[in-house]
Amino acid sequence: MTSILNPLASPLLQGHAMTVHSPDDSTRAPATSTAAPATADPKIKARGVKVFYGDKQALFDVDLDIPAKSVTAFIGPSGCGKSTFLRCINRMNDTIPSARVEGSILIDGADVNAKSVDPVVLRSRVGMVFQKPNPFPKTIFENVAYGPRIHGLATGKAELEAIVESSLKKAGLWNEVADRLHQPGTGLSGGQQQRLVIARAIAVSPEVILMDEPCSALDPIATAKIEELIDELRSQFCIVIVTHSMAQAARVSQRTAFFHLGKLVESGPTEEMFTNPRDSRTQDYITGRFG
Amino acid sequence: MLTWLSLIVLALFSSVAFAAGRRRAKTAAAGRARVLHSLPDYYGAYVALWAGIPAALLLLLGVMFGGRVEDAILQSTRPAAVQALEPDRQAVFYSDVRAIAAKQAPSEVVYEGEQKVALDAKVAEAQRIATLLNTGMLGGAGVLALAGFLLAFPRINPEFRARNRVEGWTSVLLIACSVAAVLTTLGIVMSLIWESWRFFQSVNPLSFLLGTEWSPQIAMRADQVASTGAFGAVPLFAGTFLIMLIAMLVAAPIGLYSAIYLSEYAGRTVRGVVKPLLEILAGVPTVVYGFFAALTVGPLFRSAFNAIGAALPPGPLATYLMEVQNQMALVAGVVMGIMLIPFVSSLSDDIINAVPQSLRDGSYAMGATKSETVKKVVLPAALPGIMAAMLLAVSRAVGETMIVTMAAGLQAKLTANPLDTVTTVTVQIVTLLTGDQEFDSPKTLSAFGLGLTLFVVTLTLNIVALRIVQKYREQYD
Repeated sequence: MTSILNPLASPLLQGHAMTVHSPDDSTRAPATSTAAPATADPKIKARGVKVFYGDKQALFDVDLDIPAKSVTAFIGPSGCGKSTFLRCINRMNDTIPSARVEGSILIDGADVNAKSVDPVVLRSRVGMVFQKPNPFPKTIFENVAYGPRIHGLATGKAELEAIVESSLKKAGLWNEVADRLHQPGTGLSGGQQQRLVIARAIAVSPEVILMDEPCSALDPIATAKIEELIDELRSQFCIVIVTHSMAQAARVSQRTAFFHLGKLVESGPTEEMFTNPRDSRTQDYITGRFG
Repeated sequence: MLTWLSLIVLALFSSVAFAAGRRRAKTAAAGRARVLHSLPDYYGAYVALWAGIPAALLLLLGVMFGGRVEDAILQSTRPAAVQALEPDRQAVFYSDVRAIAAKQAPSEVVYEGEQKVALDAKVAEAQRIATLLNTGMLGGAGVLALAGFLLAFPRINPEFRARNRVEGWTSVLLIACSVAAVLTTLGIVMSLIWESWRFFQSVNPLSFLLGTEWSPQIAMRADQVASTGAFGAVPLFAGTFLIMLIAMLVAAPIGLYSAIYLSEYAGRTVRGVVKPLLEILAGVPTVVYGFFAALTVGPLFRSAFNAIGAALPPGPLATYLMEVQNQMALVAGVVMGIMLIPFVSSLSDDIINAVPQSLRDGSYAMGATKSETVKKVVLPAALPGIMAAMLLAVSRAVGETMIVTMAAGLQAKLTANPLDTVTTVTVQIVTLLTGDQEFDSPKTLSAFGLGLTLFVVTLTLNIVALRIVQKYREQYD
């Protein structure tokens, strides 16, 4: 665990009396939301990202830098656009017919929306874990072997087995399933299924792993295990996690971005965001005033 | 006529009873609606039900059984002149009596002397009985309606639980409807079993199920020349199976692939056009497919095979192909397959759509292409349901009648050659039961044996298929 911060107990609660804001406060937003470069060379660099679903605009001009080998959390109330932005990174919005994405998202300097980029290749570099565990109706082994098989990553059976074993070990599931690799993945518990899905994502050695509220369908013990796993995976992958739980964001992430009404309000190091938010809306949200 | 009129009068009386009941309830409440246990309409409905239902039931019984009661009384005494007639002629006599009494046209038989006297006497008696029965029925209905009203009306007071009573009546009515449906089904099955049992008394069930010769043309009278009759149903089962197989070879791939296209690849506009079109295809009556088979596909196939035969070097195959006829298993099978395409496609489409989107998302997020996702994730997940859809299609193919009657032929041949004419269980049932029949000859009864076999097969297929679908649904709920 990195920083165990409980936002509800943080000192900023003491500032309540003075946080009576005039409507003008929100007009400060554009000034504060300009992303300060996180590192000299971010893994993912988003500039002016807009998303439309049909006529409705869901995301407005998001500029954000996401560093490599760390965990970045997206927080914000429901419908604020955080998942929408996450799905832009591996172009999952392509699967929604009415969705349209504008702006640029660079991974290692290459635009993912460029015509030359094949979403199939992109997604083998940018893995994704969903809110509800979605193991395929196949055995545990076949679930993990799915990615390596479709991308032809293993030349023989032995190599495939090695990939499956190491992925399951990295996902902290090996000890629990080693003796039943050929039973259906759907027979595992919710938390185990979610770790299986993470193992499935890891198996193709992606550079980035996107997690869309990975713990919202899990009990606290399973959640703790996943959070521990995320912290371990941080040393190898660039992880972006969408979460509803501010406590979770504080526990697992190094950087946090706060979305509200389709706009990126503020982003920065997690500790700073939770102790000293620059925007009044961020402060209101993390102190539980709305959302 | 009189009965219908009395039903209308009863309905009017019932609505008057409704108004009276409601008014009494309102008066009893004296403007304070809350002191009433139920809404005023329930009090009205309660009185109306008591005034209407028992009397209506009596009238209904009268319509259903009045004629029989009349007959039974009429025929309980038979004058000597009538008894002298043959049994057939006696039946004609009584039907003439009924016709004359009801002022309808009697038969052309001329009655004279004692017979004429007996006829006139019986006609007069019939008219008396009819009047008596009618008066009794109408009077009884009137008394019942009035009694029902007088029973229900005084009960109305604010504490009376009219709503509960009316809902009780409603549930009785609903139960009666479902019982009627269940009893009808039960009756059909029982008659099937009963007649089959009679058939199996004259024909050994084993030789029926395993015999390989089918020629049900047996002598109906002693002086008729006909074969002795053989009831081995294997050629029929084989013919049914052959046609079903050809139909499924056409319907399964086309139906399944069109379902995959519609659910996974087609855009919203294409889907919006194609899906209703397929449903129209499913609504085409099978007799129309029958024309299509007999008048278009049959001649087309025949001329194609004849042409191939003519083009081939002379030999037994060429000769055979040149003699192929319109009616063949292939034509019936192909057209039945076309009929089944929308059925398979629509069921499979529903099943493929029931595969959760999260599985597709998971596969796409792994970098799988659309076809990989369909092949490796969606179809395996939908497989049990697709199997069930296929079984339902097989069950329809086995029970289908019109197309095979028109396109397959009547000759019971044990063959696996799709160019040969074959016959199916359903076709034989049709030919056995159309035209003049004697209902206790094994020839006619064999239709029930075939019907029972068909019923057992399709019932089993349907039960298995529905079980699979159910299990599959639970998996993703």
